Amino acid sequence: MYRYDSYDQTLVDERVAQFRDQMDRYQDGRLGEEEFRPLRLQNGLYIQKYAPMLRIAIPYGMLSSTQLRRLASITRRYDRGYGHFTTRQNLQLNWPALEDVPDILGELAEVQMHAIQTSGNCIRNTTSDQFAGIAADEVEDPRPWCELIRQWSTLHPEFAFLPRKFKIAVTGAAADRAAIQVHDIGLRLWHDASGDVRVKVLAGGGLGRTPMIGEVVRGDLPWQHLLTYLEAIVRVYNQFGRRDNKFKARIKILVKALGVEEFARRVEEEWVHLKDGPQTLTRATVEAAGAHFEEPQRRPVSEAAIAEFERLRGDNRAFARFVTNNVTDHKVPGYKAVTLSLKRREHAPGDVTADQLDAVADLAERYSFGETRVTHEQNLVLSDVAVDELEDLWKALDEHGMANPTVGTLNDIICCPGGDFCGLANAVSIPIAQALQERFEDLDFLYDLGPLDLNISGCMNACGHHHVGHIGILGVDKKGEEYYQISLGGNATDDASLGKILGPSFFREDVPEVIDKILKVYVEQRHDDEHFLDTYRRIGHKPFKERVYA
Amino acid sequence: MPDRHLEPTRTLIKLGQPEQDEWALSRVEEGLPSRRPVIVPLALWREHDEESGLAPWLTSDTELDAPLAAELSRAPLVAIDFPAFTDGRGYTLARLLRERHAYRGEIRAIGDVLVDQLYYMTRCGFDALALREDQHLEDALRALGAFSVSYQPAVDQSEALFERRLRENDRA
Repeated sequence: MYRYDSYDQTLVDERVAQFRDQMDRYQDGRLGEEEFRPLRLQNGLYIQKYAPMLRIAIPYGMLSSTQLRRLASITRRYDRGYGHFTTRQNLQLNWPALEDVPDILGELAEVQMHAIQTSGNCIRNTTSDQFAGIAADEVEDPRPWCELIRQWSTLHPEFAFLPRKFKIAVTGAAADRAAIQVHDIGLRLWHDASGDVRVKVLAGGGLGRTPMIGEVVRGDLPWQHLLTYLEAIVRVYNQFGRRDNKFKARIKILVKALGVEEFARRVEEEWVHLKDGPQTLTRATVEAAGAHFEEPQRRPVSEAAIAEFERLRGDNRAFARFVTNNVTDHKVPGYKAVTLSLKRREHAPGDVTADQLDAVADLAERYSFGETRVTHEQNLVLSDVAVDELEDLWKALDEHGMANPTVGTLNDIICCPGGDFCGLANAVSIPIAQALQERFEDLDFLYDLGPLDLNISGCMNACGHHHVGHIGILGVDKKGEEYYQISLGGNATDDASLGKILGPSFFREDVPEVIDKILKVYVEQRHDDEHFLDTYRRIGHKPFKERVYA
Repeated sequence: MPDRHLEPTRTLIKLGQPEQDEWALSRVEEGLPSRRPVIVPLALWREHDEESGLAPWLTSDTELDAPLAAELSRAPLVAIDFPAFTDGRGYTLARLLRERHAYRGEIRAIGDVLVDQLYYMTRCGFDALALREDQHLEDALRALGAFSVSYQPAVDQSEALFERRLRENDRA
């Protein structure tokens, strides 16, 4: 994975010193509340409902075991011994003390981490495919490109006060696992006929109050121009994005207002001046970035070992369930990627304890070259596990409560922290997730339902991506009461779509029953092994609506 | 009398050093102040751009096209207003003026100019920083040197850090 050199280290160290100085000035009154706000936000620090919240960046979701152990120790020392992985591959601390934050950032910098630009109206953490570098369907490893984008966007002098937040996601695989169509900029790396990398550039996607699918600004950008083109897009947005209304300030509103052709025209007009400038990438630069993501030294796994793994899988039903749901094929025969589930009803989706973080650090070292990835579905991945060690890993994960064989099922809920923690939320979301996980915990039932994304947000900011859940649940506030609006038909992958609201919202205690009715309609109406989303797309809204509101 | 609306001269940071400012600032659209030198709204400056001791300031939503840039090339200084510190358009304006249109005079940040923006402003081509009244000069001078390294090329740095790394690795 990417290792800092002295320049990267100097920059994060200086950032810590800068923030310490800002915090001092805030505490002695030289820096006002309003002026301090964007400064703390751009260091990941929110003032929340009960306590501050600190959002730590995990660039494109990659963590070393050293970093995991440091995160564990930070949660013990400065928080309550746990953290929360978000839908943008970051880690949030729920209970840090304001005055400790410079020290926490200092401890992060020691292990090449930071919280730079994890909030605020700036370019946020770049996210990517959790199976980058190992996916069988990968065309181009997105990580070197993500790292180049991370560097370009970090403390960019022109773009620290954009109209609104700005999120970039990158995929280099046939299947989009990074939800690029619902980001401010989505990038898809592909190869042209001569094998050169091209970039399909989407802009104007996003969730929140006005969800939109991104539109293609340019389909075939040559790789050399990636950074100058990004700069042109963000510059056009910085100049012309609305600043009079924060709810209309995202780039999607600008793209929609101008129309994608006019938006693209302005970008190209700007780009003419930036093209071939000093941010133009060369082969040497891309190779230098790529050298940080070399193939691990995998030992060969024999045919016999692979056969033995298949035999174990055939003999042990519980292991077979785990493999079917939580294990993903790898480009190298004999290796698999293993998803560690952070979804169990005793804890909020995406929550992880300090002991689990330490355990994952050890397991990653033992089984997967010391690296761990974070997924936007709020789970963790060990990307390089030899099949002859898979059973041992499975047992170890089970001991630590991370072997729930439910990845990709109804139980694998994406959920924001909601009203239990978040100052923006209209309603709680975690208790909804837990109630659903309790009601639908029978594994055979979950497997029979097949792949099903259920996403929950506690307010229309949509951190729980409810618009792109096959089933989406949104907490709303009506005269001080919490209600839940349900939508169907959303999807975050290649054929992305936004969910459609089913009808009037429900009381909290009725949500599991409503979901049950929706599932029954699906089970009754599906063809053979048709998935939920496909059944919904075939039969439409009406049968669900009729059953739920009967 | 337009002079009644003049903002007083104050401490300015020019090229990284504190300096007593000789320019006054008028935000009034009508009536040219009698005091010189004075920075006035762009429209007013355009009417009097032959006179000495006058300079324009630009609103943050100014669309800086080539004809306007050509006019501005005659100004002894160009000020860019930050109506709120959260309005980031001025950074782009300064870069366009300096990098694309090769303006060589002073580019001055006025309005909501706060300590913690100065580093970014300097990188974008501002060489004169008229701090908001309540800002502390020592804090400002310290903030200018917050970082000794940056990834992106900008007005203060002609190459991207990735290029510099390659150069240094070649030499090593």
